[in-house]
Amino acid sequence: MDTQAITYNDKVVRQFAVMTVVWGIVGMLVGVIIAAQLAWPALNFDIPWLTYGRLRPLHTNAVIFAFGGSALFASSYYVVQRTCHVPLVSASLAAFTFWGWQAIIVAAAITLPLGITTSKEYAELEWPIDIAIAIVWVSYALVFFGTLWQRKVKHIYVANWFFGAFILTVALLHIVNSAEVPVTMFKSYSVYAGVQDAMVQWWYGHNAVGFFLTAGFLGIMYYFVPKQVGKPIYSYRLSIVHFWALIFTYMWAGPHHLHYTALPDWAQSLGMVFSLILLAPSWGGMINGVMTLSGAWDRLRTDPILKFLIVSLSFYGMSTFEGPMMSIKTVNALSHYTDWTVGHVHSGALGWVAMISIGCIYFLIPKLFGRKEMHSIRLINVHFWIMTIGIVLYIAAMWIAGVMQGLMWRAVNDDGTLTYSFVESVKATYPYYVVRFLGGVLVLAGMFVMAYNVARTIAQGRPVNAGIPPVAGVAHA
Amino acid sequence: MSDFDSAFWSLWVAGLTLLSIVGCALLLTMQTKKRVPGAKVETTGHQWDEDLAELNNPLPRWWMGLFWITIAFGLVYLVLYPGLGTFEGTLKWSSTGEYREEVAAADKTFGPRFQRVASLDVAAIARDPEGRAMGERLFLTYCSQCHGSDARGAKGYPNLTANTWLYGGDPAALQATILDGRQGAMPALGEAIGGAEGTLDMANYVLSLSGAKHDAKRAEAAKPKFALCAACHGAEGKGNPQLGAPDLTDKVWLHGGSLETIAETIAKGRNSRMPAHRDLLGEEKVKILAGYVYGISRP
Repeated sequence: MDTQAITYNDKVVRQFAVMTVVWGIVGMLVGVIIAAQLAWPALNFDIPWLTYGRLRPLHTNAVIFAFGGSALFASSYYVVQRTCHVPLVSASLAAFTFWGWQAIIVAAAITLPLGITTSKEYAELEWPIDIAIAIVWVSYALVFFGTLWQRKVKHIYVANWFFGAFILTVALLHIVNSAEVPVTMFKSYSVYAGVQDAMVQWWYGHNAVGFFLTAGFLGIMYYFVPKQVGKPIYSYRLSIVHFWALIFTYMWAGPHHLHYTALPDWAQSLGMVFSLILLAPSWGGMINGVMTLSGAWDRLRTDPILKFLIVSLSFYGMSTFEGPMMSIKTVNALSHYTDWTVGHVHSGALGWVAMISIGCIYFLIPKLFGRKEMHSIRLINVHFWIMTIGIVLYIAAMWIAGVMQGLMWRAVNDDGTLTYSFVESVKATYPYYVVRFLGGVLVLAGMFVMAYNVARTIAQGRPVNAGIPPVAGVAHA
Repeated sequence: MSDFDSAFWSLWVAGLTLLSIVGCALLLTMQTKKRVPGAKVETTGHQWDEDLAELNNPLPRWWMGLFWITIAFGLVYLVLYPGLGTFEGTLKWSSTGEYREEVAAADKTFGPRFQRVASLDVAAIARDPEGRAMGERLFLTYCSQCHGSDARGAKGYPNLTANTWLYGGDPAALQATILDGRQGAMPALGEAIGGAEGTLDMANYVLSLSGAKHDAKRAEAAKPKFALCAACHGAEGKGNPQLGAPDLTDKVWLHGGSLETIAETIAKGRNSRMPAHRDLLGEEKVKILAGYVYGISRP
């Protein structure tokens, strides 16, 4: 049947691509609201559903799993078809992953503000939703690997290794960390207790960063950067080494979230050692993306999509340098529990994940809707600059605030008493919270510019399912 | 180390750790091909999606160097520090050991200053400028979360500046309160004194004790039932510092003095807890804190 297919299944890609923009706006809007609440606490209006503690997990879930997740679904479905020269193995199962994932996001958006939570960071959703996630995710794996299985090109393109690793590992992480005992329809308890629970949680938590927010988005990088540049990937050899090195080391890095806690010293050491070894493998991806551009650097001046892609790699390189440094125990003793961590996360989340997703969506939208390019190239440029300035304001504010908090908390008088009470450090952070809020507003404003540009492009075009080109080097009768 | 219930798990973890690091090293060694000067870099010959291809450039040398350095650092670290299963590391470092050393060093540096102040009696600490300053800093770190930066308290948290005390305000009582904490328990008496109506009557009677505005008829109706309350608060409602039962005649209210709040207190009871600080702060710091509180309550 599939040998008869002449077009790719781009419907599900279109759906996920559009929802990437929608959930990007929702997630970042909630982010801006809670950033404002930190500066001006009265903004929760004493309404329980709007309090920081409930909106914060809504923000993280919306940006990571709704915005980032939709971008990953869209790009992986697009890429796996094109690099295998076959349509998705099952259109109905692919449609199920779209509607299932959207239903999960809506369920999250309802339950989290109601205060229904497992209280595990980045895994707050309660057990019925956890089961739904597992079902949708296994369906996703079936669609992806089923399509890969039917490929017409013998060699598996590197982007698919990363997408594949991301899909498999997230399934493992989610199922193990979400093992819980239901008590009522909306309450469950983790099957792990005490420090084991914390360890499993951060094994999950850091690998959510490693495999959801890194491996998946490296898959995006490996297709969209060479496609947008129009040149081959810099080094196949480098991609092999850094892929396997990432797999070897990322799994171990979680304990660096639990330095100087009840976690045994040996486990903390492992977290730190592997986080440091992770530096070079992480940079491998950056080098491969950036060097693909070598000989075509001038394109950065004229192509704003390429700006998004390449600047995202710069932020990726920066945060994957910062991460290993922060995992060193003595550095962590200063940075832990401060806003430095928040700055670090956002240099990765906004600078790397959001920027490469946005670049990828600007690439995809015209192709999915039969247009040569986006409605306005100028507006892509505007989006790029608003967002870049927003990110820099955000992370610079959080760096300064974080280091300041760390130093204030450890300052002692000459009698050994603490120089500052906690609330003094909160007060000193106030201006930086305002700057962070402004940075967030700029990033959100950029998303509205994007939404307008995407809407206009869609209005001018119509949904198109691309034809499947012949496999290069294979003669067809 | 007691983290493993058998030697197997220690070997398992250590083995996997080394395997992962050696795996990285092997990958690097296998791919050490150098760039041949002048030679053109070829693609791998694979092609996807019309124009997608891969060059096969050698690994950047500086990047390999960086990778080797982190691997070497990791291995050296695992020799020096705990990390490979139950192996303690040649430096015998532990986080609890580091903590003990830092505490000992701090005690050595700051101890003498504390000892001078702590050797004074509580009232003298309150008069001593250094004692007051030290006490204030300790208070802002350990006490202000509940009692407020100005020590004036909040609903459920006593005001420490008014010189009215639940458990007594003399130096010994203050130190005992901070050292070992207090557990204040007012039982729920709504049912025992006649439901909502009886509770409202009693609330009016309680208000009458401090001369506050109240419904005299209701207060009169509740008076005979006050015997139940007198067990703790005394026949005249003057309270009992042995039990931490508040004086009801002094217009000072821990949970609020409105008719509604008093009725709520009677109907549902209250539970208050002041945590113990003996293990956290030790007797010297607690004495300095007591001196500070003694001072601010008697301006």
